[in-house]
Amino acid sequence: MGTGADELMPAWSLRAGAADQIALPYEWPERVTREWAWGGSTGAGVRVCILDSGVESGHALVGPVEEAVAVTGSADALEVVEDAEGDLCGHGTACAGIVRALAPDCSISSVRVLGAGYTGSGPVLLAGLRWAIERGFDVINMSLSTTKSQLASVLHELADSAYFRRTVVVASAHNMPVESYPWRFASVISVGSHEEPDARTFFYNPSPPVEFFARGVDVEVAWLGGGSMRCTGNSFATPHLSGICAAILGKHRGLTPFALKNVLYLTATNVGGET
Amino acid sequence: MTDERLRAAVASGVAGSESDYRALLQSVVEVARAIFAARASSVLLLDEARDELVFEAVAGEGSDSLVGQRMPSGTGIAGWVLVTRQSIVVEDVERDTRFARDLASSTGYVPKGLMAVPLLHEEQALGVLEVLDRPQRAGFSLAEMDLLGLFANQAAIALDLLQRARRAERVLVGEEADIEIVARLAATLDRLEGERRAAGVQLLVHLEHLLGDRP
Repeated sequence: MGTGADELMPAWSLRAGAADQIALPYEWPERVTREWAWGGSTGAGVRVCILDSGVESGHALVGPVEEAVAVTGSADALEVVEDAEGDLCGHGTACAGIVRALAPDCSISSVRVLGAGYTGSGPVLLAGLRWAIERGFDVINMSLSTTKSQLASVLHELADSAYFRRTVVVASAHNMPVESYPWRFASVISVGSHEEPDARTFFYNPSPPVEFFARGVDVEVAWLGGGSMRCTGNSFATPHLSGICAAILGKHRGLTPFALKNVLYLTATNVGGET
Repeated sequence: MTDERLRAAVASGVAGSESDYRALLQSVVEVARAIFAARASSVLLLDEARDELVFEAVAGEGSDSLVGQRMPSGTGIAGWVLVTRQSIVVEDVERDTRFARDLASSTGYVPKGLMAVPLLHEEQALGVLEVLDRPQRAGFSLAEMDLLGLFANQAAIALDLLQRARRAERVLVGEEADIEIVARLAATLDRLEGERRAAGVQLLVHLEHLLGDRP
């Protein structure tokens, strides 16, 4: 189904008779159901990246971590190195556990962009996101945002570049009236919280900028030291949608972020998704 | 003496002082603690020069020991909230002894649960508002999260004012510290009313004529 990313080539126009060359053999059902979208999928073959505080390796609720790196150095000389410190806060581990629960066989990697302090956190975030996009992950979970407007244009470019490279960026929205990024960009999937207790219940919001609401209240999540914790926040709603994206992509490898967002729309609890 | 310095001096005289804004911040944490019936509430301010979070105001547990204490800006829950700009609620903290111990070092005791929200003003993340140990309920509601966000807005404005007052003070404590008299005069004049104020203004006009070269 679909073409692999390595077969993609830039196309600026479509010549006469060339339509066959871009024929896409999707077989869309008459009605896109959840069963069609992710029924039987374990997320196998899908690569998810957690851009956060690091992920604790060996946690029973997280399972194997394929690759763990950290962005370090000063703003003008940042480098991505192997992360030996693990999770500095617990949050990245929580996100990884939520994704794992929804897509048990997906591959999870960690890019730690936190821990170096507030100063310089913007460039570190950009460097981490750029690295993850270049690495070609299928899904990047960003349970974070920035309010710095000078970062917005670069973040926007990165989000668009991910979108066209078939990398889905899933980002936490704000529940306060502030301008923040990247969740406001149309090329990412933005997520706020609902209060329902089901992990696969999610709603499409017909009044964006927040596009989807996922489970984000009283969530039992993996935490430091092999433990677990009960948490609330949009940052926990986000990996729920990342996990659902991984499950969908595990079954339909060729979906672009554009098509994936449509599948999310059609299977949202308030649209056509049966719970 | 530049006009700018003079204006800063006058502004700091008629505007609030550091102690006024500290009182405002203290009031924010007292009210946050009362509304959520919490054991403690605190405001941590980011010290950008040292890249640390500093306890600026504490209500309830830790109020006598935490103010002024510092921690690195990028660690723990408060650091995560500051850097990611995301609010978070964590319950049953004591289930994880290591995490609880880490948290105790930044709260003065081991809380069962905490809510933490970033203090955002325009583009800046100024600090973090924390509410510790509100009564355990069956479930947390998004309405509480929204309420906390509203409080955070208020606290962020107070923090911004506090930082402005400190900047104005730094201008005054420069090499021309004698300019402080202008600030005190402005503050005094601002408090006067009616005839006394009119007389005060008249006196200052005479003084200006006497000291300056105005006709």
